[in-house]
Amino acid sequence: MIRFANLYKQLDATTKTNQKVAALVDYFSLVDAADAAWATYFLAGNRLSRLIPTRLLRQWAAEAAGIPDWLFEESYHSVGDLAETISLVVPPSQSQSDRSLTDWINTELSPLGQLPPQDQQQRILEIWSKTNTETRFVVMKLMTGGFRVGVSKGLLIRALAKHSGVSPDVIAHRMMGQWEPNRESFEALVNPDETGWEASKPYPFCLANPIPADKNINHLGDSNRYIAEWKWDGIRCQIIRRESQVFLWSRGDMLMENTWPEIEAAAEKIPNGTVLDGEILATNSEGSVLPFDQLQRRIGRKRVGKKLLHEVPVVFHAFDLLELNSEDIRQLPFHSRRERLEVLFERLNDTNLKTTEVVQANQWQDLTEKRSRSRENLAEGLMLKRLDSPYSVGRVQGHWWKWKVAAETIDAVLIYAQKGHGQRANLFTDYTFAVWDGDALVPFAKAYSGLTRQEIQQVDRFVRQNTNDTFGPVRSVTPQLVMEIAFEGIRKSKRHKCGVATRFPRISRWRHDKQPADANTLSDLHRLIESYREPSSDQ
Amino acid sequence: MQPIIEQTSAGLYCPIGDFYIDPSRPVHRAVITHAHSDHARFGSQNYLSSVEGEHLLRLRVNADAEFMFVKYGEVVNRGGVKISLHPAGHILGSSQIRIEHRGQVTVITGDYKLEPDPTCSPWEPISCHHFITESTFGLPIFRWPSQATVQDSINHWWKTNQEEGRCSVLYGYAIGKSQRLLAGLDPSLGPILTHGAVEKGIQAYRDSGLALAPTRYVDQTLTKDLIPKSLVLAVPSAHGTSWLKRFGKISTAMASGWCMMRGWRRRRSMDQGFLISDHVDWPSLLKAVQLADAEMVWVDHGFSQVVARYLNDNGQPAKSIGRGSREENEDEQNINAILSTEAAS
Repeated sequence: MIRFANLYKQLDATTKTNQKVAALVDYFSLVDAADAAWATYFLAGNRLSRLIPTRLLRQWAAEAAGIPDWLFEESYHSVGDLAETISLVVPPSQSQSDRSLTDWINTELSPLGQLPPQDQQQRILEIWSKTNTETRFVVMKLMTGGFRVGVSKGLLIRALAKHSGVSPDVIAHRMMGQWEPNRESFEALVNPDETGWEASKPYPFCLANPIPADKNINHLGDSNRYIAEWKWDGIRCQIIRRESQVFLWSRGDMLMENTWPEIEAAAEKIPNGTVLDGEILATNSEGSVLPFDQLQRRIGRKRVGKKLLHEVPVVFHAFDLLELNSEDIRQLPFHSRRERLEVLFERLNDTNLKTTEVVQANQWQDLTEKRSRSRENLAEGLMLKRLDSPYSVGRVQGHWWKWKVAAETIDAVLIYAQKGHGQRANLFTDYTFAVWDGDALVPFAKAYSGLTRQEIQQVDRFVRQNTNDTFGPVRSVTPQLVMEIAFEGIRKSKRHKCGVATRFPRISRWRHDKQPADANTLSDLHRLIESYREPSSDQ
Repeated sequence: MQPIIEQTSAGLYCPIGDFYIDPSRPVHRAVITHAHSDHARFGSQNYLSSVEGEHLLRLRVNADAEFMFVKYGEVVNRGGVKISLHPAGHILGSSQIRIEHRGQVTVITGDYKLEPDPTCSPWEPISCHHFITESTFGLPIFRWPSQATVQDSINHWWKTNQEEGRCSVLYGYAIGKSQRLLAGLDPSLGPILTHGAVEKGIQAYRDSGLALAPTRYVDQTLTKDLIPKSLVLAVPSAHGTSWLKRFGKISTAMASGWCMMRGWRRRRSMDQGFLISDHVDWPSLLKAVQLADAEMVWVDHGFSQVVARYLNDNGQPAKSIGRGSREENEDEQNINAILSTEAAS
């Protein structure tokens, strides 16, 4: 565990990717396969299931530190990270246990979940008494989840490839799916024999690059070299049909089971040795796509009930064919894959499986016009895919483009601020914005991103100097700063006080030129909602 | 107990003796705890401060003012009020101000720390009726490790960088922190180079009679061959500027109590953070309050509300006098602002 804590420290201490890769390679060469497996598991973003409620951890840490609960909370608001706060307030120990990462997980951490709270507390105190601040931080990170240390999956793959000599593509492929953190899995991951996949393995997803909303489209060349499709907001999904089994994979490398029973059932009609790429969308019987918040009702459920199945029917909209007759056809040009896809789907003839609608247009001008009507179709814009491109791994420039319509914007007034987390600890970075409703400012969105570092410093100083009231960690400030808030969509909501919910709100710029009185009003927001085709309600 | 010190818009004021402590704007008579710019401000007519800090204070304020420099413990009488200065252990010449009137004693700590520091006289406890303390790091997360261990790790970092052909750039405030860092460096490892603002501070320390390891000011005549083995002492505002280009491959580190927080460290995108602070941490602050054994504690500068509440809950009457506008980050900004003007001059 000390080694793993050291690795964490090294990764945390540098912003240079080469140094991070070197630290990882170093670590993998020092530890045994079981430890390497766990390290890979955590760095890939997986976590242990919640072992102990954080409420109890906070309480015990305050007790161990000899401080009242409110003082622990004050500290937490400044530090902005629970594991870090715990590791700092509890006095450091003199001794250090040097058991392996695997030992720690199997004997110290995993059994915790089964114990009654009193025994849990006893064990946690023991853990704190044999860790210094750094190791304790990493242990608490493992327990509280959210293990982020600036290592992307790509970087981890690079390090594993370098360590093992296996090509990065193969590592990426092997890492997809449900990966068990044990010796055998790690040995399989770095096995120099690059043949043999399990039936369930998906392909790495091809991703699109954004075209800035204001950029001239002509730089893409001749429009006839592209296919245009609506860009919906659904769940990206690969359907794997091999050895008479069906697997649905999401982009987060999650195997989706029982969430989309109608699609799983339909996929059984697909011939073996087929892999499809597409998107799951809530779609009514007339074939119109429903808003994302409808689809959201079906996500994260272990079982989908009859009522929901009926209210939110879903359809898999296929846009690519990656494997046909057990043959990897990703290197074929897109137009050939698309032709094969259409032939296949004609034969299938299933209401839950469709190919995406191709937006027909002759020239960019035509497409630009179609794109401008995206909102009426509840789409975010258009997807442009080059007809002669292969299905590439990751975000390769020039193959797939997402061409979104410009976000909606609203000028709003900053009224509340709260300190941020992680890198933004002890800085006021989380803001609540309000619009006018008569003479009153009503909060309508929270936005955490979009300002530059300097601007954040300025707002931070403003908040400290203009606090009128505090509610726990939240500061209410003099309404003075006006910012332009951009968002992707807007709808009515009963859950929000102002009756409006926005999607992906963020700050697009600081309106130094505007006074609070110039900010938008609640009725402006309602007018925006009307401009969408089908205003949906929050049910 | 009627306090002999009161809060005014210009800072702490003693009406009977008619003087201010670390006034925020020009006044007739100022008593200065130490020469950091958020405490020693330009423009007052009369300054009372410690002999140890004379050279540093003269760097900071108007030359045409009247000065009185006293030894630690020496008593000055102002309108029936006895003023004496006692080491605060913060930087060279830093003082706690002890004020006595008719047997009632008030102590204003200024900025202070309890750990030993080879570049200034050590803090000493003073029992008093009324204790006014800073609270820059007044949260239980702040707990300094042994400073000798940290100094060792700085030397180790320097050596590692040398082996990997990188020049080490260590950031600290120009006055106080840099000199303390310098005192902990192992000069046998290689040349120690300095940024202009730091060199000025070091010179003032030398003028005050402190023996510090030799340093080399970075100017046009610096030859390239010195660079890879060297450690550069620079102000934090130099980070990310073109001034650093001359050093080629570098590793950067900051020495500050704020390095305790990972988010703070990462925000500055430095390679390393060394936990060296010239302020009291949580345990020291509580210890100092306990030793002062005062009837009333006022808490200023930093997490004042938190500390005051904690003390009250634990039976020590206390009050926050931290002005709403002054919090942890501003302290840092103040210092950075001054350093950048210094760097420019």
